[in-house]
Amino acid sequence: MCGIAGLIHRGKRSDIGSELSSMLQSLKHRGPDSTGFALYGMPEAGELVMRFKVAEQEDMQRGFKIHDEVKERRALVDQRMLEMGVNKKEEEQVTEYAYRYRFSFDGDIKRLVDYIEDIEGAEILSVGHALELVKDLGDADTVSQQYGLTAFQGTHAIGHTRMATESDVDIRSAHPYWAYPFNDVSVVHNGQLTNYWMFRRAMERRGHRFISNCDSELIAVYLANRMDLGDDLEAAMVRSVGELDGVFTYVVATADCLGMAKDVMAAKPMVLYESDDFVALASEEVAIRSVFPHEIDTYDPYEGEVKVWTS
Amino acid sequence: MDELTNMDADSAGMHTEQLSGRTQQVFFDVESRENEDRFLYPGAFEVDFDKQGEIDAVDLTAREVNTQIRDLMKDGVGSITIKNPGAKHSLGVGLLNRLNLTFEGSLGYFGCGLNDGPNIRIMGRVGWSCGGNMMGGTVVIEKNGGSTFGNAIRGGDLVCKGDVGSRTGIDMKGGTIMVGGRTGAFSGFMMQRGRMIILGDAGMNLGDSMYDGIIYVGGKIAGLGVDAIEGEMSELECAWIERKLEMYGLKAPNGAANLTKIVAGKQLWNYDNLEPAEKKLVL
Repeated sequence: MCGIAGLIHRGKRSDIGSELSSMLQSLKHRGPDSTGFALYGMPEAGELVMRFKVAEQEDMQRGFKIHDEVKERRALVDQRMLEMGVNKKEEEQVTEYAYRYRFSFDGDIKRLVDYIEDIEGAEILSVGHALELVKDLGDADTVSQQYGLTAFQGTHAIGHTRMATESDVDIRSAHPYWAYPFNDVSVVHNGQLTNYWMFRRAMERRGHRFISNCDSELIAVYLANRMDLGDDLEAAMVRSVGELDGVFTYVVATADCLGMAKDVMAAKPMVLYESDDFVALASEEVAIRSVFPHEIDTYDPYEGEVKVWTS
Repeated sequence: MDELTNMDADSAGMHTEQLSGRTQQVFFDVESRENEDRFLYPGAFEVDFDKQGEIDAVDLTAREVNTQIRDLMKDGVGSITIKNPGAKHSLGVGLLNRLNLTFEGSLGYFGCGLNDGPNIRIMGRVGWSCGGNMMGGTVVIEKNGGSTFGNAIRGGDLVCKGDVGSRTGIDMKGGTIMVGGRTGAFSGFMMQRGRMIILGDAGMNLGDSMYDGIIYVGGKIAGLGVDAIEGEMSELECAWIERKLEMYGLKAPNGAANLTKIVAGKQLWNYDNLEPAEKKLVL
């Protein structure tokens, strides 16, 4: 089933970490397997933030050796970043296997990511000037507390509560997906894509990499590919509604935009609340109510509809 | 065996009540008046509409709200107001009783379904599948509605004064759905009986594979579904539509006579008289 949610503050920053946590926790019944956050903070000029992990949560239960391996993998990440000319400014070990690095780097992001992901167990969750992507097993409160997200300030965010139907219960298959190798683009999705393998093969032939077997990852890669070909975000989304087959509603965010698209059958839910300075959207109104307890006017977007808002 | 014969039907999970007949198609008669006796189920509570009750749903689960509605009816309360429904799912369902029920706010999914009898007013919005399978009574929504609005309803009036989502009245088997604004794609999909009045625009594939029933549309139709065709309006229909809309404070923008009427073309394979073996030959 899965639950998706997003919010954007126009012209100001807010406590998006706690707001999105509340929204996702109220959608827990739609997917208890894992929870993911893509949070857009206020970056320092010229700096990048990278979130990555070097093991799955379940790996940590497999004997004592993994604890040493995690340390070795992280040391290897540090070594390769140094080799690539990364100027690390700050590093934070969020869990035993997940990290947040802040750095400056003038080189090719794709090469850097590929070099790091070549390390066994390493996966870059996100790289961007504003984007910080966090996902793990458990409900929103658990993940938010584990990664200290309640104090996160920013302009917009998207998130996901996952009920695994198409692939495994692990962090790799959890949403959001970063639209590798594009900085600051992330996607969450509710639904099933029926032409996944056809498009995946086409994307792989174009050199895009997939880190999971989850059909939702295709949307992120598809949008990245379209933007690589010159489309802007909205044009890429409009095209996706025609080309991706299946039932889906997805939410996408970039450094300064939030967008949503719905398939032509309108088979997956989405409720929208729009005001002059705030937009919230979710699979169920109860999620919007968790940040707006008073009466508000909401509506469902229609079949094939694409919407984009700017922060 | 003795145990079975001595067991009362209700405890065996069977129903002994005479069906009211409102699940069957009732043809419109200008002079008709509703016979209140038909609205009573065995075991229904005697309620007094002047006796009022209130429930604050803010810290209650859906089950607790629905149980409290039942408890108030048991005490003879006939007019109940639910405060702070907070878009919770499955509120106000399974009510087989006369009752005036008001929600001072919005409902989530599956609100007011499986009802037969109550008159419900929702001051806010409703999520997906509002009024699903309702058999009688009225549900009036002041704001917007979600998708599959009035799925498989068999009777009663289901009214949304704003816009509704896709697949409105899917599998509808009777009753009337009225929408003040627009409706999404596949509205009236596999509709079997009843009437739907959409005063705004309708999305693509309107009335797709409908068996019977009628859809009236005031605005533009993005596209008709398979086997849905335009029909001719009669004066009796116009009178019925105007009366129905007036009851809920709605009005067709250009008059009932200018609504587009959509009916089943009945040209699909399931309407022919061929035997299965003959069908194979045709196909």
